[in-house]
Amino acid sequence: MFVAKSIAADHKDLIHDVSYDFHGRRMATCSSDQSVKVWDKGDDGEWHCTASWKTHSGSVWRVTWAHPEFGQVLASCSFDRTAAVWEEIVGESNDKQRGQSHWIKRTTLVDSRTSVTDVKFAPKHMGLMLTTCSADGVVRIYEAPDVMNLSQWSLQHEISCKLSCSCISWNPSSSRAHPPMIAVGSDDSNVTYSGKVQIYEYNENTRKYAKAETLMTVTDPVHDIAFAPNLGRSFHVLAIATKDVRIFKLIPLRRESANSSGPTKFEVQVMAQFDSHNSQVWRVSWNITSTLLASSGDDGCVRLWKANYMDNWKCTGILRGDGSPVNGSSGHTAALSTVGVPGAAQMVVGASSAGRKKAQLMPG
Amino acid sequence: MMEEVDVEPSPTLIPGAGFHQRHLGFEWGPGDLLVYETNYKLQGPKSAGSPFVHIVRKDEDICSPILRKLFNESHLIFVGLQKIKEDVPSKNKKTQFVSISKNYRSVIRACMEELQQNAVSAQEGTVASQYGDQVSILLAIELIWNLCEVLFIDASPAGSLLLHLLDWVRLHKSDVDSRAREVLQSESPTRHQAYWDVVISLVLQGRMDEARQVLSKQASLRAESSSVFRRMDLLLQNMPVFNPTGTQTLTEFDMKWRNWHEECDRSLQDNTFASNRHLETICKILVGDEDALLEQKELLSTWYHFLVTRLLFTHPSIKPPDLHYYAQSSMNMFLGPRASPEPLDIILLSAFEFDLHQVIKDCSIALNNWWFVAHLTDLLDHCKLLQSHNLHFGSNLREFLVLEYASGLFTHHSLWQLAVDYFDHCPEFGRVYLELQIERVPLDTERKAIKVLRICEDRQMSEQVRSICKIMAKRALRNNRLGSALSWSIRAKDAAFATLISERFLQDYSNKGFFTDLDLLDNLGPAMLLSDRLTFLGKYREFHRLYGENRFTEAARLLLSLMTAKIAPRSLWMTLLTDALPLLEQKEVIFSVDQTYELMSCLEELNSGTKEPKQTDQDDDIESTKTELLRLSLARNLAMAIVKEGTIET
Repeated sequence: MFVAKSIAADHKDLIHDVSYDFHGRRMATCSSDQSVKVWDKGDDGEWHCTASWKTHSGSVWRVTWAHPEFGQVLASCSFDRTAAVWEEIVGESNDKQRGQSHWIKRTTLVDSRTSVTDVKFAPKHMGLMLTTCSADGVVRIYEAPDVMNLSQWSLQHEISCKLSCSCISWNPSSSRAHPPMIAVGSDDSNVTYSGKVQIYEYNENTRKYAKAETLMTVTDPVHDIAFAPNLGRSFHVLAIATKDVRIFKLIPLRRESANSSGPTKFEVQVMAQFDSHNSQVWRVSWNITSTLLASSGDDGCVRLWKANYMDNWKCTGILRGDGSPVNGSSGHTAALSTVGVPGAAQMVVGASSAGRKKAQLMPG
Repeated sequence: MMEEVDVEPSPTLIPGAGFHQRHLGFEWGPGDLLVYETNYKLQGPKSAGSPFVHIVRKDEDICSPILRKLFNESHLIFVGLQKIKEDVPSKNKKTQFVSISKNYRSVIRACMEELQQNAVSAQEGTVASQYGDQVSILLAIELIWNLCEVLFIDASPAGSLLLHLLDWVRLHKSDVDSRAREVLQSESPTRHQAYWDVVISLVLQGRMDEARQVLSKQASLRAESSSVFRRMDLLLQNMPVFNPTGTQTLTEFDMKWRNWHEECDRSLQDNTFASNRHLETICKILVGDEDALLEQKELLSTWYHFLVTRLLFTHPSIKPPDLHYYAQSSMNMFLGPRASPEPLDIILLSAFEFDLHQVIKDCSIALNNWWFVAHLTDLLDHCKLLQSHNLHFGSNLREFLVLEYASGLFTHHSLWQLAVDYFDHCPEFGRVYLELQIERVPLDTERKAIKVLRICEDRQMSEQVRSICKIMAKRALRNNRLGSALSWSIRAKDAAFATLISERFLQDYSNKGFFTDLDLLDNLGPAMLLSDRLTFLGKYREFHRLYGENRFTEAARLLLSLMTAKIAPRSLWMTLLTDALPLLEQKEVIFSVDQTYELMSCLEELNSGTKEPKQTDQDDDIESTKTELLRLSLARNLAMAIVKEGTIET
């Protein structure tokens, strides 16, 4: 592997999330500087910032794209207790000339009483649905009934998870055999509450989400969670970032009777467990075909994991900062002029102060 | 079994990260990984900003334009191989497989030559060395492939086995030819400093006729020693060579060879060549003297050349199962006890041991290149070799490697099209991989979208077809290209969206007074039935066309039916009735008595309905004026129609 290009993101504070759009031609970045930036890949292969705007009144934790079937739509969530939906509109001609696009806020979702820690769109076969989770332990599922009018979102479901929620992941399977399913991770640090991963499943009859499984073996705080693409298999694969990287296999068990209305029961197996990050693991994510899992941890590394055809897992790549204090990059000297504004970090609500507030808000 | 060695890969360093903050964030892209400095703990020192997002790629050869040729041409061979029918007799199949293997190798060779030329002509040193690196990788690939062809695909039996191994060595140690040419073309070949090297090299490769030819230059010069040279010439000439197509049996050959070998041995014992140390060396080589062979290390250059030469002069009818013993000992003798073998040596050794799985495994690690292992494994799998070697996960291994290779191709902006065929030939996960990958292909232009769409349609990937059309429709609508948006939503069979766009069309019409995208609207055909509003749009446009062509009767009938058959939404009835006005005002009677009554009832039905509350007084006035005008027109037309119809009847 090699660094092919470095882009000066020019955020005034920590970047918390970077998100590619579905086709990989656009990306969005969000930061403690309360802004979101959108970047477009030009025909020359270079990335250009085409929009940058203040989105929240606190650190922006996550930013994510809706499927392009629904247009150019972003969702963001923040320490300011809200999530927001943004839509790009085809701008005035002089905007286009300047290479800028225009994003307008379609809605602010204000139901959470604490920091909104994650935001995810549901798989597209479910329609345009947005999910948030928050430090107060509630997962909320919103729906835009009219995909042409993104200013109307209705709160469809509220799932109370009892524990402070840090991350959510939808099962991407569109098979009729699999009802909609969402996994929720909790970063509650109290190890006496075991089962920091809960799995909820939609029930056609009650039209509600019900808990299907709690992964009791996960007792340490969970920071990220990711279902793998289903690949037409009967079972599900779930990666978890906790004090190590863990990959679970969830095998749905046969229902005793066809009309039993309870949630699916699963046989839970650990497929792999890696502790090479030495301590906490913060992010896990699968590539498109789930042949590679990437994880980021306290060792400062991103590690790539791959299973061979006999299901033996192996670390196949490591990325690590070179530890140099210079914000430099080889071959991109032009970009250097745009970074390093002194004092910029002090002017905005920094991630560090936001973090302290978060700590105070959270129940012990 | 065969546990992978757990070696931690060496880290790729991200510049300017890891000093201010302790974590690296990341995001998967279709072909790369985004990495940025961050801090997940949200405690500790304030941020100095994290100004860079780095794009990390796998070092893939995919970007090299010369290798692209390799990918393109091997793709054709691959597709051809998949078409070989099961019912071909296995004997014919073997020749087919060998020829396919040779085709693959000739593609590698062509690529190598082109790279070599580029390396020579490259101005910049680093570029030249890059080309050089790629050449050496391809060289190794071709070398391994060729050996696998001999050992596994052709699976030569004793006798022919050595002949094929000799060909293999000759092909990969071809500098002998150029040196021989150089010597023979010099003014005085015998005095050329490389003269004896050439003779010995030819002997080492078993090229006795050529060796004799070079040797004859010397013999003609030295009359006094000509008898010695004649003895050597005779030994070389008489060396038996197995002829696999002849009638001679292997036992007969063995007997003949043993006699010849004794003859050489005798010449050595009675000091026939003592007068000429070069000839004596050659004679020692002929009897297979290991020390004499090892003295020629420089000319042999590799342990596997040594192995083949050693077998040539000691065990010419070597059987495949015995190969591994000689291979191992030759390697040890040649490299010495303390030398550590290179990955290439280990791979070749595994091949000599007929350990296919080890060859494939080591190649995937050492070469960092899926092209080779995917194609070779696929070919070996077609030869049914993976089963016979007791790899019960054989087809999985093949599919695993082909999927890896094809996924790599998918990250390239044009090579992804080749990958489609590879996925098609992976029965277990090919389709699902293709579904996941193809929907991520950027739909930069309509042309590209249609190309992607066709691939999905050919494979009945209905969900992907729908999604692509939906994305294109949505994009076209955003950019106010209504025609394109409509045709994409028709392709997506998306009724709701077609309705929405039809409304836009009608709105557009009422603003501008004319329709755009006539080509599309005039040729909707049965697609019109996708949604009621679209049906109306198509029919309404048809009315305008008929009217424009002065086909008033047909136009009138259509207009009326739009209301009576409830195709037109109520909100548009007034517009339709207004459209009827010019027809009512024609000199000729167009609406019949019955039709006029029907128009009247439509107008009354419309007026009896509840008025929309939004309407202003001014709007109301316009509406009532219109109604009055229509009533008047309709009454006049009714009178004329009664008169006309009455006249005809009597």
